[in-house]
Amino acid sequence: MEYFVQQLINGLTLGAIYGLIAIGYTMVYGIIGMINFAHGEIYMIGAFVSIIGFLVMGLAGITWVPLALLIVLVCTMVVTALYGWTVERLAYRPLRGSFRLAPLISAIGMSIFLQNYVQLTQGARVKPLQPIVTGVLPLFTSPGGFTVQISYLQIFIILLTVVLMAVFTYMIAATPLGRSQRACQQDLGMAALVGVDVDRTISLTFVTGAALAAVAGFMVTLYYGVIDFYIGFLAGIKAFTAAVLGGIGSLPGAMLGGLLIGLIEAFFSGYFSVEYKDVAVFIMLVLVLIFLPTGLLGRPEVEKV
Amino acid sequence: MAAIAETATSRLQLGPIFRDAVLAALVALVLSGPIMGLQTADASGGQGLVLNFRPAWVLWTVGVVFVGRLLLGFWWAHRAGRAVETPRALKALGAFLARIETPLGYAGVGFAIALPFLWFADRYVIDVATTVLIYVMLGWGLNVVVGLAGLLDLGYVAFYAVGAYSFALLAHHFQFTFWEALPLAGAFAAFFGIVLGFPVLRLRGDYLAIVTLGFGEIIRIVLINWWHVTGGPNGISNIPRPSFFGMPFQRNAPEGVTTFHQFFGLEFSPEHRIIFLYFVILALALITNLFTLRLRRLPIGRAWEALREDEIACRALGINPTNTKLSAFAIGAMLGGFAGAFFATRQGFISPESFTFIESAIILAIVVLGGMGSQTGVVLAALVLVTLPEFGRQFAEFRMLLFGAAMVAIMVWRPRGLLAYREPSIRLHRKGSGA
Repeated sequence: MEYFVQQLINGLTLGAIYGLIAIGYTMVYGIIGMINFAHGEIYMIGAFVSIIGFLVMGLAGITWVPLALLIVLVCTMVVTALYGWTVERLAYRPLRGSFRLAPLISAIGMSIFLQNYVQLTQGARVKPLQPIVTGVLPLFTSPGGFTVQISYLQIFIILLTVVLMAVFTYMIAATPLGRSQRACQQDLGMAALVGVDVDRTISLTFVTGAALAAVAGFMVTLYYGVIDFYIGFLAGIKAFTAAVLGGIGSLPGAMLGGLLIGLIEAFFSGYFSVEYKDVAVFIMLVLVLIFLPTGLLGRPEVEKV
Repeated sequence: MAAIAETATSRLQLGPIFRDAVLAALVALVLSGPIMGLQTADASGGQGLVLNFRPAWVLWTVGVVFVGRLLLGFWWAHRAGRAVETPRALKALGAFLARIETPLGYAGVGFAIALPFLWFADRYVIDVATTVLIYVMLGWGLNVVVGLAGLLDLGYVAFYAVGAYSFALLAHHFQFTFWEALPLAGAFAAFFGIVLGFPVLRLRGDYLAIVTLGFGEIIRIVLINWWHVTGGPNGISNIPRPSFFGMPFQRNAPEGVTTFHQFFGLEFSPEHRIIFLYFVILALALITNLFTLRLRRLPIGRAWEALREDEIACRALGINPTNTKLSAFAIGAMLGGFAGAFFATRQGFISPESFTFIESAIILAIVVLGGMGSQTGVVLAALVLVTLPEFGRQFAEFRMLLFGAAMVAIMVWRPRGLLAYREPSIRLHRKGSGA
């Protein structure tokens, strides 16, 4: 029981991170129907920018932790969002109206490019970071002596995710940008006809998706304390699985899927085997696609000639 | 239209072009500032990281982007009045290549057969040529799946791994020789292709891509962790070499066995085996090529290409999409399995490290850069991509970076491949009648 609660807490933290990445996949897929394969690399770049940001904070002598966290978070979101914008502008926008697999192949190329770009500029070695947010909050101790605890960092991650989700839901539901995005999701051509600037909306979708992925990268840097240029690949696939599980195109679905994938991973590694935890996620992806192709909260897709 | 064009060219507007270039340079500054300008490095002696400042890198990037964008702006302004046309030189080259494809193919085969006996062919050249041919074969195999059937397979390396490991394990546990195990390796790979393909081939194209990617990773993780069968990260070594009709390539044969050099009365040379391996993969590749060219003309091949173009129309015509896709998937997997078995026997050692996603991406890049569906394109692309890093460390380091950039560039500018040229199979009017 205690172990279960502990894994639940770990799984929720992990799930929050996956959920934030998954939103980028699901939004892009909802609007232009492509899998943004380079999204995992965007998240990886977010992690790198934030580790560099923390080092700069150290050099600048900003030692008050909340201020340093805030500055690094904002800078990471800005820089990474600009990466997202640039990727869309260079690699995807010229391909509107090309054949079906073209954007996906371009995205794979972009993903390989970004991975090697970071490897060449930052080196292939693992980048460690000293813990910045420390301390744990013991919740309760079982008779067996196993203490269930939640670290302040986990609280921070979960709270930040909740806040971001609230802001984001508001943005989609009540701002002009959100309205344009929903319009584009329903019908690109029709949205353009009634005066929605489709290109701008798609650009901003990539920007918001990248900013949320940047937050995920920032969290991972704090949470694990080690990153390398390869982390985007696995996290990207898992987040994509999360998006599919929740129903691709659906925003609450992405968050729900992220949480489920985080929990599956935590419980699988807690109770069965750490080595095969990634396999569990991939098999989950296959099973979902076969038996529940629309996901938990998705709408069925009708293909027309 | 002409009037607009005239004003656009006669009054070249410097302002907007300049502004765009400055904006692009600013974007480049923000992008490269943290990632390129501040390098994280291990602190000397102690724990943690230090930052190295590299302002020169950032300045170079910003400068290149600024100038590039400026030139691009001028080029677009210069071109603005004219009709947009595809680069004629490339198209003409493509058409020319398409015309001489058959003689070129024969010449290429002739050259490939003669290669080991040419004056410059030392061990190194033949080794590189063998690697090129492995990738050509893999490219042709993947071409069946991606180019013909239009199914994007991002986990092709899984079948390559299945082929390699099934041969290695058969040889290790049951003393199979290469020639006995080769068909089995292909069969196993095809079987895996069917097992994977059966549930997922009903999915949309891009879902399929991700599932195959996941499958490739599953195979790799299983290979690493199922160590008492696969040897784990250490892999399997001492994989037997192929023999020439039962005659091994060894200096000293065991009792009662004639070696290759004894039978032909040659001086023993380790190069014999290298050359033999080269011919084996050449033969395998050529068989693959003939096989796929023939398949293309069969009803099944036609169905693949039709399915690639329009699945719903195919369904309406009574083609069973699942079975058709499954056959393409299985045949592609089988070819990958053959290549895998050859890889195992050539290296004599395999480990999961050889079967990463990057390998799948390289094979896919070969197919994409060669122009999906083109057999000659695959050869050219494999030749370029494999030999590029051999020219120097500089290229080797930047190889994957260039791969990625090239894949994007090809999709943006020439989505049908660099030299793709397709003659329509049927015309409404006779060629040259102008209609």
